[in-house]
Amino acid sequence: MKPAVLTGEHFMTGDVACAEGALAAGCRFFAGYPITPATEIAEHMSHRLPDVGGTYIQMEDEIAAMAAVLGASCAGVKSMTATSGPGFSLMMENIGLGVCTETPCVVVNVQRAGPSTGLPTLGAQGDMMQARWGSHGHYEIIALAPASPQDIFYQTITAFNLSEKYRVPVLIMSDEVVGHLSERVVIPEPTAIRTFSRRRPKGRKDRFKPFCPGPDGVAPMADAGDGYRVHVTGLTHDERGYPVMTADCHAEMIARITGKIRRNLADIIRTESYRLDDADVAIVSYGVSSRSSMAAVDEARQEGIKVGLLRLITVWPFAEEAVAHLSRTVRALFTVEINLGQVHLEVERCAKGRVPCHLVGHAGGTVIAPERIVQAIKDHL
Amino acid sequence: MKKAKASPSHPLDALVRTERIPHIWCPGCGIGTAFSACLMALHTSGLDLDKTVMVSGIGCSGRAAGYTRLDSYHTTHGRAIPFATGMKLAKPELQVIVFSGDGDLFAIGGNHIIHAARRNIDLTVLCVNNLNYGMTGGQVAATTPTLAKTTTTPRGNPEQPFNLPLLVYAAGATYVARWTILHTRDLTQSVQEALHHKGFAFIEVLAPCPTGYGRRNKERPLDTLKLYQERTLIKNGANPAEAFLDFERGVVLGKFVEEQRPTCIEMYDRTCRLPDSAAG
Repeated sequence: MKPAVLTGEHFMTGDVACAEGALAAGCRFFAGYPITPATEIAEHMSHRLPDVGGTYIQMEDEIAAMAAVLGASCAGVKSMTATSGPGFSLMMENIGLGVCTETPCVVVNVQRAGPSTGLPTLGAQGDMMQARWGSHGHYEIIALAPASPQDIFYQTITAFNLSEKYRVPVLIMSDEVVGHLSERVVIPEPTAIRTFSRRRPKGRKDRFKPFCPGPDGVAPMADAGDGYRVHVTGLTHDERGYPVMTADCHAEMIARITGKIRRNLADIIRTESYRLDDADVAIVSYGVSSRSSMAAVDEARQEGIKVGLLRLITVWPFAEEAVAHLSRTVRALFTVEINLGQVHLEVERCAKGRVPCHLVGHAGGTVIAPERIVQAIKDHL
Repeated sequence: MKKAKASPSHPLDALVRTERIPHIWCPGCGIGTAFSACLMALHTSGLDLDKTVMVSGIGCSGRAAGYTRLDSYHTTHGRAIPFATGMKLAKPELQVIVFSGDGDLFAIGGNHIIHAARRNIDLTVLCVNNLNYGMTGGQVAATTPTLAKTTTTPRGNPEQPFNLPLLVYAAGATYVARWTILHTRDLTQSVQEALHHKGFAFIEVLAPCPTGYGRRNKERPLDTLKLYQERTLIKNGANPAEAFLDFERGVVLGKFVEEQRPTCIEMYDRTCRLPDSAAG
């Protein structure tokens, strides 16, 4: 066996750092399908997993990859897949199965510009709304947005921990720039990495109800083969996991799978503030665009405009309170993202008309230059 | 519930979620017979049933997982096999059975079954073939005979159906059999063999669907069973190419293929793992 945690200083791409973060988090199963710009995650996992007691498999398509990840997770193994736009679209149905059956797993989307085949080799942040509602039905999901190789290393660990804790698929919404960017990545000692594993059931096996939540709103999860003889279905089901085709049971189930997220927003939502304390103007951004935004904050301040940045680390569930609070303290909000207004709509929703909300975005293919952000701020003030 | 308690116990009760009975299958449907043959094979297999898992897709046959008192997973349409593949790879000590229908496994899930066969992943796949989509009311399937009537081929099916045993054999399956629900002993024995077979084992079970298929094709439930009795020929070792489903010319049943080839997991351990990590 080789070490799962490569403690030390490295120079690696975001895709490789993501794979290393997964291994450090305890991921031991990866099902993949090649797609630019996410392929390097699969390649790295295929190389590393068998040496740490895990298993890599390349499936026949992304639908199969997502299904295999759920199967492996139900067997008790922390599991992940990685893809980009077209593959993310194909995974949507089984992401919904993961939500409905409360199966922990991590799905990485190294975003490229779409729709359709789009710009396979160039980045974008156009899948943010798909991350929120891409599978059918009403549900809650957790999505994180990494900004650098170092960041994605830690966020992948966070993604596994949140996924195991809340029994929900967690999406890592990376992008081509973060995925292919090589930077310094410091990997700590294994003892310094906090990992969390799903709660397993205790007590009489014949009385176990697999979807009966504990005080935290999350039910303990039995591994296949542990003797609990669970039934798990994507049909609307009761606490025993048995299908019940009624509006009442459906309301209960949806309340459970959304409630466990909505009641724990403080634990799930992570944001970072940069020079916001005295800001007149706030930028809301995430992922690679938050790096452009950070540079824009400094440039604008050199020109005497007091700008700050709210960086969303967790994009879904949305940081409603933080944005609402900002809308009470600044004169204007600017959302910076590589699309034509997705998270921007959420910012507007939370600002409730208290301040003007502007978008600095474009369709995809390049990052947003800091100068453009500064210019947009000047134009609107 | 009272009635269920009062009724005498059945040898397979321990394997059935009796509290979920009555099941959804129609009178005259063949799935229940295929299901009980599968359970009987499990019951007598000597396997550790706590380590035995049933995975289903969507459809009438896909409901089997929900009636089985095993760890049982009712997944998405067509995806039982990749789900089962992930489960088996992650925890190789599990015995994983896929019980699903022809539409689920060969139309929407067709890509997955050929790749699972190619890999020789150690799964036991039971495909109940009732020649149509029963759950949705009897639409044409990839298995519907040419010219047969369904709700979406009201003037007859213009297409040719798959020969399922030939397809999985060509893709690499190492155990291939076909039975009908009239041949319950052969079927049960075949499931037992398949459970103990190392590698990808596939059994096609022909089953009537009087509600969806039969009534549109002038086949009453007993007519279908008569076809199974009179128009079939047991020919173990037959070339799967002979297994084309045509009751006018006669349908070949039996164990067509039983071969040994290293499984997906054996090959992975041998090829991809460092020698010192293979054990752990």
